[in-house]
Amino acid sequence: MTIRQLSIFIENQSGTLQKVLELIKQLRIQIIACTIADTAEYGIFRIICSEPDRACRELKAVGVAVAISDVFAVELDNQPGGAADVVGRFSGAGVGITYMYAFLIDGRGILVFRTDQADKAREVIEKGGLHCLTEKDLPVNA
Amino acid sequence: MIWNPTKECMSREQMRELQGKRLHKIVEYVYHNVPFYRNKLQEMDLSPDDIRTIDDITKLPFTTKKDLRDNYPFGLQAAPQSEIIRIHASSGTTGNPTIVGYTRKDISIWSECMARSLTSFGVTRNDIFSVSYGYGLFTGGLGAHNGVETVGASVVPASTGNTEKHARLIRDLGISGIACTPSYALYLAETMDKLGITKDQIKLRIGAFGAEPWTENMRTEIQNRLGLKGFNIYGLSEIMGPSVSYECDEQHGSHINEDHFFPEIIDPVTLEPLPLGQTGELVFTTLTKEGMPVLRYRTRDLCSLLPGDCPCGRTNVRMSAIQGRTDDMLIIRGINVFPSQVESVVLTMEEFAPLYMLIVDRVNNLDTLMVQVELRPDYFNATLDTPAAISELEKRFADKLRSVLSINAKVQIKAPGTIERSQGKSTHVIDKRKLY
Repeated sequence: MTIRQLSIFIENQSGTLQKVLELIKQLRIQIIACTIADTAEYGIFRIICSEPDRACRELKAVGVAVAISDVFAVELDNQPGGAADVVGRFSGAGVGITYMYAFLIDGRGILVFRTDQADKAREVIEKGGLHCLTEKDLPVNA
Repeated sequence: MIWNPTKECMSREQMRELQGKRLHKIVEYVYHNVPFYRNKLQEMDLSPDDIRTIDDITKLPFTTKKDLRDNYPFGLQAAPQSEIIRIHASSGTTGNPTIVGYTRKDISIWSECMARSLTSFGVTRNDIFSVSYGYGLFTGGLGAHNGVETVGASVVPASTGNTEKHARLIRDLGISGIACTPSYALYLAETMDKLGITKDQIKLRIGAFGAEPWTENMRTEIQNRLGLKGFNIYGLSEIMGPSVSYECDEQHGSHINEDHFFPEIIDPVTLEPLPLGQTGELVFTTLTKEGMPVLRYRTRDLCSLLPGDCPCGRTNVRMSAIQGRTDDMLIIRGINVFPSQVESVVLTMEEFAPLYMLIVDRVNNLDTLMVQVELRPDYFNATLDTPAAISELEKRFADKLRSVLSINAKVQIKAPGTIERSQGKSTHVIDKRKLY
């Protein structure tokens, strides 16, 4: 029901993002979606990518502060209010969204998010019949 | 004015005789009351009877900050606990502070030395005097407080913090004297500007500035902005607190209360005494202290003793301004900070690599300290991957630092590999202030 995401700690300085992207390129890892949670001094660079386990291992080996975690990736029907309806189900059940971002696969909107209560979130997804992506659904070209 | 002409203006011969007598007495006292010193003297095959004149002082062993740390908390205390009426604490080089206990007589001598200093600055019983050193474990606040009361001026125990209120009190009460760190004086001047309080609305005429090094440029700026005359006062808690030495109207060096604190200047490498006038490490022996007397305590401060007579009439020897340190101690907002203290905190946090950098600066005349640490790649995990979690970690680290350093530090968490790796101790610090 979940897919894996990498979180990379980078400093908020010019050149740091480029350095990490270059490392990912050298590992021949494909980035499918990404976002940055930024503060004045640092950012958390979050990516959905091909071969997340290998990417995490190899980045750690060269001294990058990287963590791997599970996030939900829910498909939206491409209508106005689609995101509101999905998030509404979670908040209605008392589940908080820790962070969220979105990307497209073949024109379909995908909402990626982490919740503060993973088990309860799974219940909401099952009961609501929401469609969750698995890693097989990701458009990996490698 | 001179508070105690008998002691401040005695002939050099009389002074040396008095110092010699007192030195013999204090060596005898520690020999019988402090096992640490008895052992040291016995190892050197010395008995108190070998110390008869002040020149014999060079036979005695040195005391270092490390000795104080190794004997934490009361190992160097000579008086029984029942005789101790106050305990102060200053920064140690690692987690443990340096503890100094004072007997009633110690407090009375300290007050006397403070009164000599304040009188030398021109303070009289007609002044309203605010003490704006921190009151607490730090010796500055209570030390200066006792001195002002001894002189008989009206003491306003303003302490630090709430500078706006303090600025208004200075105007409204007609406060005429102030004791604080020189950087706080500049901060106060800025606060007054902000409040629209002008120089002609206040009556400040005397400033007793110490607890941190300062330059002649700072003196000029403080004097211009606050309309007072600023005097240097020097001290350290291991010896007593503020008033170990003090400036006179000549403002050419600070007179040492050498009937109580005997100064020497040594070469910090060979430990040999240096001729008068040469710059080296300042060493003090307390000649009359009961609570925690120290023999030849190495202050790590670099300065010289000034030859020649002072036109003010005082005969007690003067020391130059402090020209640097022989160790890596920093003085930040008047508080002593050792990089090793920061290191001891960093080592308790498994999220961080055992690396750190202290960045000290002065912004709007207030010292700032930033501590940079590095995340360890293997401790970065999914529970840390939000800004909220990182700032929680920053806060936890900052809290631990505050409890060890007694000052607030800004914390910056850096990515792995970004803090420079090197051997030398000094590379742990970037001090952007120009203090010496």
